Amino acid sequence: MLYIIKTALELGFLYAPVPLALFLSFRILNIADLTTDGCFVLGAAVSVTWAAASHPFLGVPVAMVSGALAGFVTAMLQTRFGVPSILAGIITNFGLYTVNLMVMGWSSNVNLLKTETIFTLFRKTGIFGSFSDIVLVLIITLFASLLLVWFLSTRLGLSIRATGDNPDMVRASSVNPRFTTTVALCIANALTALSGAMVGQYQNTVDINSGTGIVVIALACLIIGETVLGKRSIRKGAIAAITGSIIYRVIYAVVLYTKVVPIQGLKLITALVVAFAIAFPTIKEQTSFLRKKRLATNKLAAKEEDKNA
Amino acid sequence: MLEIKNISKTFSPGTVNEKKALSDLSLSVKDGDFITIIGSNGAGKSTLFNAVAGSFYVDEGYIFLGGQDITFLEEHKRSRIIGRMFQDPLKGTAPSMSIEENIALAYLRSSEGTSPFSRISSRDKKNFREKLSLLGMGLEDRMRDPVGLLSGGQRQALTLLMATIVTPKLLLLDEHTAALDPGTAEKVIELTKKIVSEGNITCLMITHNMKQALTIGNRTLLMNDGNIVLDVSGKERDSLSTSDLIDKFKKKVGEDLDNDRILLST
Repeated sequence: MLYIIKTALELGFLYAPVPLALFLSFRILNIADLTTDGCFVLGAAVSVTWAAASHPFLGVPVAMVSGALAGFVTAMLQTRFGVPSILAGIITNFGLYTVNLMVMGWSSNVNLLKTETIFTLFRKTGIFGSFSDIVLVLIITLFASLLLVWFLSTRLGLSIRATGDNPDMVRASSVNPRFTTTVALCIANALTALSGAMVGQYQNTVDINSGTGIVVIALACLIIGETVLGKRSIRKGAIAAITGSIIYRVIYAVVLYTKVVPIQGLKLITALVVAFAIAFPTIKEQTSFLRKKRLATNKLAAKEEDKNA
Repeated sequence: MLEIKNISKTFSPGTVNEKKALSDLSLSVKDGDFITIIGSNGAGKSTLFNAVAGSFYVDEGYIFLGGQDITFLEEHKRSRIIGRMFQDPLKGTAPSMSIEENIALAYLRSSEGTSPFSRISSRDKKNFREKLSLLGMGLEDRMRDPVGLLSGGQRQALTLLMATIVTPKLLLLDEHTAALDPGTAEKVIELTKKIVSEGNITCLMITHNMKQALTIGNRTLLMNDGNIVLDVSGKERDSLSTSDLIDKFKKKVGEDLDNDRILLST
């Protein structure tokens, strides 16, 4: 049991930067950024290849820069060339497949055999014993989220938040919304790549398909977190993203261990959870409308009956 | 101050929806002028503002502001020197951000040279608080409330403060009180007069209220069909009544002023 929780926490923190990235792009900027899947693999591929070249630590920031570049491409497509935002992400994501293969030396997976990773090196310090991995991912993820929360309270961060809220007003405040959108997408994708970079070195491997569906899972995490904690402030939103990621991994571990549902079924369930959560406000509106309509019809029918009687 | 030279703008040219919104319009505004603008529906009042603010570029002509050619300057760059308010109170503020953060955004216009990574300082906050208290709406005690919680009038007053917190070279007011109830509208108009006169701001205001058009400011323009058909100021303006204005319009254009809102409010 303890092992399950430990693994869930580790995976939760490892994957947490992705819901954090979506918190920035989907919640704050109001853009569904589908670069995420390919960007995650890009981060993993870059970090693993650098680790293989015995630069595990350098691999992480380099992976983030590559992620930011991917975000930059998506941002350019939508802000400068008028490609609809969802399509821009899909196009970049599609192109990244080739780029990722190239990074991995044209093979569909790369394994790290007996090479040092940030995790093995951190374990060697021996400070945290068997909790070494969890402490390392905790430090990195918390640091990234603190940096994000701080950034969103700076002048540039405020402009980014206003861009998602009211772009007209941003223009009226002498800020270029194209610029703020670009910065936000770069940061979001750097976060996604950070997660990929950690996961790649943690699992000692990267596979060209390891990013499939990451964006949906991360959305599920974000939604779970927000349901549990609320989404009123920026700080709460960031905490919700991380908490959601952990809760999702706990659920995943429980399913994996108890086999209440076959593990292959988890993707379908995740998809249902995400679709339902996003559709919920609309469903609520429709049911209340139907209720009103029924009441009104009943009232009218009762009146008619009175008249006839 | 503001010099508009022969500007024209046609929307959807070459289609059945082709609309000449501004045709060869020229206007010269002096420093410190407070000009009111009225006109029929579709006369090009808002289009004129959009052209000056840079929501689109004009097809022909030039626009100068304070001696600088701004004809092809991007909208967000013009907003550094041009403050603007719309009829819709929702347009000027970001609803999910706090009052403080909204003002901080507007204050960005002053901050050329400060780091984009700097935060709102406590001195800024004190400054915002003082400015807010001048509105007399109790907003200074709600600095951390999201703007989405405010009423239309409060949001419009806040937008006015934001548009003028860094004194603009030019303030454009597009029927900024039209969506408010009469009492609140009156209050926002009083605030507008106060802020404009205290800052000696050059201001253009579109209104549908004839009386307002003649009593506020020092010059009145009447627009029709993408151009200015009447331009009154000084003594001539002082002696003008609203019915005179309607007559004058009829004589000039040859048809009645067809703006139901104007006619209802006279």
